[in-house]
Amino acid sequence: MSLQPLRVAALQGDEAVAEAVRQSGVDVVAAYPITPQTIIVEKLAEYAAKGNLGGEFVSVESEHSALSACVGASLTGARVFTATSSQGLAYMHEMLYNVSGMRLPVVMAVANRALSAPLVLNADHSDMMGSRDSGWIQVYAENVEEMYDRTIQLFKLCEDPRVLLPAALNFEGFILSHDKERVRLLDDEPVRRFLERPRPRHRLDPADPFTFGAMATPETYYEFRMQQSEAMETALHVFDEVERGFEGISGRRYGAVDAYNTDDADVVMVINGSAAGTMRAAARGLNAAGENVGVLSIKLFRPFPLEQVVSHLSRARAVVAMDRSMSPGAPSGPVSEDVKAALQATKPVMSVVYGIGGRDLSTEDGKKIFGMAKEGSLSGSRSVMYGVKV
Amino acid sequence: MMTEVRLHGRGGQGVVSAAQLLADAAVLEGKYVQAFPEFGAERAGAPITAYARLSDQPIEIHSSITDPDVVMVVDRSMAYFRGTAQGLAGDGCFVCNFDGPPEELRSKLGLGPSVEVIALDATGIALKSLGKDYPNTPMLGALLKATGIVGFHSVEEALGQRFRGIVLSGNEEAFRLGYRGGSS
Repeated sequence: MSLQPLRVAALQGDEAVAEAVRQSGVDVVAAYPITPQTIIVEKLAEYAAKGNLGGEFVSVESEHSALSACVGASLTGARVFTATSSQGLAYMHEMLYNVSGMRLPVVMAVANRALSAPLVLNADHSDMMGSRDSGWIQVYAENVEEMYDRTIQLFKLCEDPRVLLPAALNFEGFILSHDKERVRLLDDEPVRRFLERPRPRHRLDPADPFTFGAMATPETYYEFRMQQSEAMETALHVFDEVERGFEGISGRRYGAVDAYNTDDADVVMVINGSAAGTMRAAARGLNAAGENVGVLSIKLFRPFPLEQVVSHLSRARAVVAMDRSMSPGAPSGPVSEDVKAALQATKPVMSVVYGIGGRDLSTEDGKKIFGMAKEGSLSGSRSVMYGVKV
Repeated sequence: MMTEVRLHGRGGQGVVSAAQLLADAAVLEGKYVQAFPEFGAERAGAPITAYARLSDQPIEIHSSITDPDVVMVVDRSMAYFRGTAQGLAGDGCFVCNFDGPPEELRSKLGLGPSVEVIALDATGIALKSLGKDYPNTPMLGALLKATGIVGFHSVEEALGQRFRGIVLSGNEEAFRLGYRGGSS
């Protein structure tokens, strides 16, 4: 497939996702339109009102209902999208397991924001990390163009008959959702062709009946969950195929992880989301001054790219794992725990919590954290709460 | 080469829109951009901070701007707020909605001798051109004149993408007047 000329636009993160959803030929968007919602559904409602959406926009009375409506629509074989944030995702929690358990390829955008109380608006990863084990594929974008690209990629990945799992596209609220950046948009036609698929085999059809979400017993439930788990493992390989395919229409490819100077570095920082770029800028600054530090950005968090993470960290002399969520009472946050599990105690992993409730993380902060790692002041199996006021 | 701009004002004055217009204009020139607000509760009259980064290279930093090259104060009641100039580069540019001599701002705010200080009665221009106190577009005019970070016509084009009819013509006039320092 030849590359199409690109349209360059200045778009906010939310607008870029809405455009990608429109281009993906979504059949049904079901969403709760009130706080905490994103501009994504505002744009999609606008497209629908102007007759530009193609699919149907269903405005419902809660996030729980939004995802329930997504279940019904997806069961008919429709391509389905929704978006939410913070408390909205928490309110969906029960339905998240129904979507993944019925193996429905729903794609959801999550503008990651901290949870109340105290009442808060700003970014951290607590919302999605609270639903970490719900069986959804989870991708964390670093910038607006990646948000646009990942939206299209995730429909392809979720709908693959070898996968059939839902996916959450994660990006920090305000930091990315409201950030206007330059985006190279694709034309509608190559996106449409990229996402072409036969009608799903398993769907609600009176002529060919199936049952979904039926009662399972101790004799069967475990196996259903095992199949979900295996589909997650398969998704890791399909993700790579999807990225290659997407590269064919866009020239852009990200990987499940992004490694900057991880080979043979004194310290490698492992991080996910928009702060990864800030930390790379910090690392570049330090390396220009003669240091040797690296950054590993985990873009695909579920399924966790275990082998790639191990391989990129194998030669690092020290590892710092960064969590933008808190796990009270746990030794450290979810990213750190995964990195520790991946490395199997072959080397110490220092753990840092940062950016809670929108607390800013600058390149200077990044340089400080690299410095603390080198001098050993981050050691210990519990997270260091970076930037908290004492 | 990256330029970092921090904008201060109050909810309802178009502070975030001004940052976005800068970004729109820069993208029309093929530049890389970020424009984003510092979010608190959104309400009219509350202090608002917005940020813009303009660069020839892709931008990977996603933190707020603490050491700006340019500060723009959109709200005239904030002219004497010392916090607005915090972290401003020693050879930076301070553009303020202020109905008095720029040297008064320099001494009141303790701005260094190499900081370029621009004062513009943007509220006066806005009331004249738009009939409403939206000082953001005249302030953009003054900012461009002082810094040249994006082209005049790029902002005109960005305004054309955003507004229609008398809102567009009013904003175009306000922008031009701001660029010319208030004289028509």
